[in-house]
Amino acid sequence: MSEITPETVEHLAELARIALTDEEVATLTRQLGAIADSVAKVSEVATPEVPATSHPIPMANVTRPDVPGPTLTTEEALSGAPESDGSRFVVAAILGEEQ
Amino acid sequence: MARADLMDFDEACQRFDIALGFEVHVELSTRTKMFSDAPNPASSEFHGAEPNTLVTPVCLGLPGSLPVVNEQAIEHAISLGLALGCSIAPSSRFARKNYFYPDLAKNYQISQYDEPIAFDGSIEIELEDGRTVAIGIERAHMEEDAGKLTHVGGATGRIQGAEYSLVDYNRAGVPLVEIVTRVILGTGADAPAVGRAYVSTIRDIALALGVSEGRMERGNLRCDANVSLSPKGSGVLGTRTETKNVNSMRSVERAIRYEIQRQAAILDAGGAIVQETRHWHEDTGTTSPGRPKSDADDYRYFPEPDLLPVQPSAVLVERLRAALPEPPAARRRRLRETWGFTDLEFRDVVNAGLLVEVERTVAAGAAPAQARKWWTGEISRIANASDREPAELIDPAAVAELVGLVESGALTDRLAREALDGVVAGEGSPAEVVERRGLAVVSDDGALVAAIDEALAAQPDVLEKIRDGKVQAAGAVIGAVMKAMQGKADAARVRELVLERAGSA
Repeated sequence: MSEITPETVEHLAELARIALTDEEVATLTRQLGAIADSVAKVSEVATPEVPATSHPIPMANVTRPDVPGPTLTTEEALSGAPESDGSRFVVAAILGEEQ
Repeated sequence: MARADLMDFDEACQRFDIALGFEVHVELSTRTKMFSDAPNPASSEFHGAEPNTLVTPVCLGLPGSLPVVNEQAIEHAISLGLALGCSIAPSSRFARKNYFYPDLAKNYQISQYDEPIAFDGSIEIELEDGRTVAIGIERAHMEEDAGKLTHVGGATGRIQGAEYSLVDYNRAGVPLVEIVTRVILGTGADAPAVGRAYVSTIRDIALALGVSEGRMERGNLRCDANVSLSPKGSGVLGTRTETKNVNSMRSVERAIRYEIQRQAAILDAGGAIVQETRHWHEDTGTTSPGRPKSDADDYRYFPEPDLLPVQPSAVLVERLRAALPEPPAARRRRLRETWGFTDLEFRDVVNAGLLVEVERTVAAGAAPAQARKWWTGEISRIANASDREPAELIDPAAVAELVGLVESGALTDRLAREALDGVVAGEGSPAEVVERRGLAVVSDDGALVAAIDEALAAQPDVLEKIRDGKVQAAGAVIGAVMKAMQGKADAARVRELVLERAGSA
């Protein structure tokens, strides 16, 4: 069985800054648990000889040269912002400390 | 904690064992950002741009945008790793570090977690008295910088009490290498000096490699200092704090000293240290608590699905290794010995950031003592007065040329300073300035003798005095001759000629 508990879901919700009702916590606990259980089935077939895979396509070193390209104008950059001071994004007061 | 409540530093060092650890972020000076071809404000080419003008959809985390790795940033990170004595991972990958804060628009930072590009290194740092300390490097990994927040409305401009914040994403995505040390034990009362020397060494290495501009006042190099204390001889590690925002060499030293005194006072009173992030305040010289240190789990790291692994070839790694400059400590030792400077003279040069300038001036043919004198003297004076960097004013080859002109007797020191003014003003090379301004010393003895005769005629008793052994009387004549020649005479030669006249008359 999965280790997803209501407390886990509440903790994740806090980290993701999402407010959940008790009903939503219950639903998500069940749904996330089902997902975690499904993913865990992989360990039933993976033997120690199978290396962990983060990228399914055997490719590496896709890079670009260090050459500047076009940038957005300030107007374009701010066009999707709910609020700006003309050159910078305005965001709500932040409680807590900088990362 | 008030100053008076801190434990005396020496007492703290006697009663407690000190453990240190550092995380230094180095902004790479590539032309573009880590994962986007937006211009990089950590290079002088683009520094100081208006807010939100160095941004692309990738920097803003816009839907559909995808990161692509900067090839040059990878090479710089490998070079830095090699210079730190690290092994380079044959395969490393990026990871998402998830957190919610508006300094990154996409709500995660692309970093490296379980597979950093460089690991297991060691560097030697040198304290002011010449003792060396080995610092173990756990890892150096690649990541992206975050945007810059300005808090508005609060009384202090700090976060508490702010009404809103302004975000500039120019810095978002600037390539960073984060260098993490192993725990450093046994420094005792040298702990603050070790911190300073470590950060200074990292800066020297980055500058020598040319991978970062290393300007701490611009945030090109930023240090987080971990400090913990445990009872003397207990052999255990105490609870640590991580002090952030320590952005000058001097602050590193002061912040470590403060944390040692603060923690010692708490432990002495039977209290416990809270594991937390603390913020350094330059103005008060104190730290204040920030958020409690999150567990790594809270960042929910997972492999970055939008980027492929980085697998540098052995050929590339060996090419970069072969191109590494001499390690800074070895270079300093070599130069100090070759130049024959005293410790104080050498420190003056290093502390003024003029080591490279002096080195290049010597390479261009100047005597080391002269190169030092010009750079730390007249050139630094002009730079200070005009609020510019000495290196911007004149190039080392021109300084060597000036020194040569003085040595050959073509210029006096005074004339050479005038020639320097001309070079700084953009009038050309020293020789050109001398030509245009007519600065050359009069080396024609005939002209000098004529001037001397004239001066002697005005002061007839001088020759008599000299013959009576009052050689200093020659000074009056030398002064008159120098004045007549508008300073363009070699005073030593004039003196010789005056004494000759006195002897032969």
